[in-house]
Amino acid sequence: MALIDVKEISFRYANQWVIEDLSFHVEAGEFWGIIGPNGSGKTTLLKILYGLIDPQRGGVFIDGGELRQMRRPDIAKKIAVVPQEAQIRFPFTSFEVILMGRSPYLGRLQFEGRNDFEIAERAMRLTDTLRFSRRPINELSGGERQRIFIARALAQEPEIILLDEPTSNLDISHQVEFYDLISRLNREKNLTILTVSHDINLASEYCRKIILLKGGRIFKMGSPGEVVAEESIRQVYGSRVLVDENPVTGAPRITLLRKDPSNIGKSEAQAK
Amino acid sequence: MIVSPKKIITVCSLFFCLLLGVILTSLSLGAAKIGLPHVLRVLIHHAVYFDSPAGPEGLIILYVRLPRILLAGLVGAALAVAGCSFQALLRNPLADPYILGVSSGSALGAVSAILFGLSATSFGMPLASFCGAIITVMLVFHVGKVGRGLHTNTLLLAGVIISSFFSAIIMFLISVVQNEDLAKIVFWLMGDFSFANYRFILIILPYIAGGMVALYSYARGLNLMVMGEETAVQLGIDVDRLKKMAYIFASLITAAAVSVCGLIGFVGLIIPHSVRMLFGPDHRLLIPASALMGACFLIASDTIARTIAAPTELPVGAVTATFGAPFFIYLLKKRRV
Repeated sequence: MALIDVKEISFRYANQWVIEDLSFHVEAGEFWGIIGPNGSGKTTLLKILYGLIDPQRGGVFIDGGELRQMRRPDIAKKIAVVPQEAQIRFPFTSFEVILMGRSPYLGRLQFEGRNDFEIAERAMRLTDTLRFSRRPINELSGGERQRIFIARALAQEPEIILLDEPTSNLDISHQVEFYDLISRLNREKNLTILTVSHDINLASEYCRKIILLKGGRIFKMGSPGEVVAEESIRQVYGSRVLVDENPVTGAPRITLLRKDPSNIGKSEAQAK
Repeated sequence: MIVSPKKIITVCSLFFCLLLGVILTSLSLGAAKIGLPHVLRVLIHHAVYFDSPAGPEGLIILYVRLPRILLAGLVGAALAVAGCSFQALLRNPLADPYILGVSSGSALGAVSAILFGLSATSFGMPLASFCGAIITVMLVFHVGKVGRGLHTNTLLLAGVIISSFFSAIIMFLISVVQNEDLAKIVFWLMGDFSFANYRFILIILPYIAGGMVALYSYARGLNLMVMGEETAVQLGIDVDRLKKMAYIFASLITAAAVSVCGLIGFVGLIIPHSVRMLFGPDHRLLIPASALMGACFLIASDTIARTIAAPTELPVGAVTATFGAPFFIYLLKKRRV
């Protein structure tokens, strides 16, 4: 039985269908990427996958149980979400934020115990965040904050981690550092990863399976080699790209091409 | 710096001692100067024998000053806790207990009570103001409700708009209707503890105590709430329910507090902030510590209001703002350094 089974889901806001008749299943320990242009339904799909919103048709099954029947704390014990960027106005320390990951395991008036502190500390060691455990979360840099959110996700002891464009505000060095960490957790902890990404190259580099969305439907699904192809990218994004191989890893790599070829060379000439 | 039961008990014990000190000091201050030893003697005598106090000083302490102090303490605690809750619910540090229009509803209730002659009975005005507040709360709730949950921004807009609508009706009533009793409303709008008695305390105590306990039971949920609604859902919180509960109970204790003493500003804004600056934003400590600090602050303010220009009494709301604002600015500055 698949860990995540998405069965013919459709979702609409008001009259506009943003997800239509979408099905796929994810096995435990897999690393999936969801790519697609703006408005293709990536983030909506992610929200459906952790039960923030329920699809009007079809359903999502986790370990055989339907998501909409599950209680929120029970979902949070299985699925953790790493957000894109969080605006936090209240000065919780990093350690407090990570401890919040224990929330689904605690009763309403229960305090974190020794076990919870140990789990939080282990999560911090894994993400190399112990150094700034006492610093307020709102004073950290973007890269540090994203690591704190991974640590919080780990403290939930989930089977699945969903990531919503987690690196869109990070510089390239932090992007790679971030995905290296996720990839290591995927391998060593056998965590199932689903990440929504705008960056096709990053997705093709790290994910083993990719879903390419177009207008709320799956345009193509498979290994990066199958999905990241010049023709599919052109049909979905409407832009011409060049696909070759990353010379080091062999993963498909895209190069953006200008829409107006007559400009090519001009900037070079201006530079001279 | 993690909040543990031990830390909560330590901090709250300290604040509780401070509260006792403030109460005793306030009991000894007033038109009739009564020394602290005498205050203690009267209190202990009353506690042990539970009979009527001997002499006018005993009467002043037990039947004039003590109910007023206890009421101010209760209202201060209620407003501070409501402030914490609204700030978390709206994820806005600038929120206060009146932000969603409870104040205007209760003011309209109070004005109506005067116009219909209900204020002649001692319960008329508090009851009418409480009803006015609750009707407003329900109206705002209804407007802010979207699907299963409350939409925070809609709630905020609804509060502001209903609030100004009611204020307009109040202004209309005050300017059109000739009624000598209407002068009372002016005091009411600025906050007034001079009618305090034990009966008022007993009536509002269940609402305020119950509301505060209920809000405290959502303390950890409120922590997650300020991290963002989606984050709270991701961490296993039923956010729709949490928002409704926080809104209902915070509104309820505000309505109860306002109904007996009118509109006292500033407490619900500065106390949660001060406590947050001192002990961090965790609501498991923030709520009880704010309650105690709010009580201390409002008792002290009311003591100043009734003594500083004696025999004239100042409106307590003016005092909370006059003394609260500089204190708050001091805290802000101190934190920035």
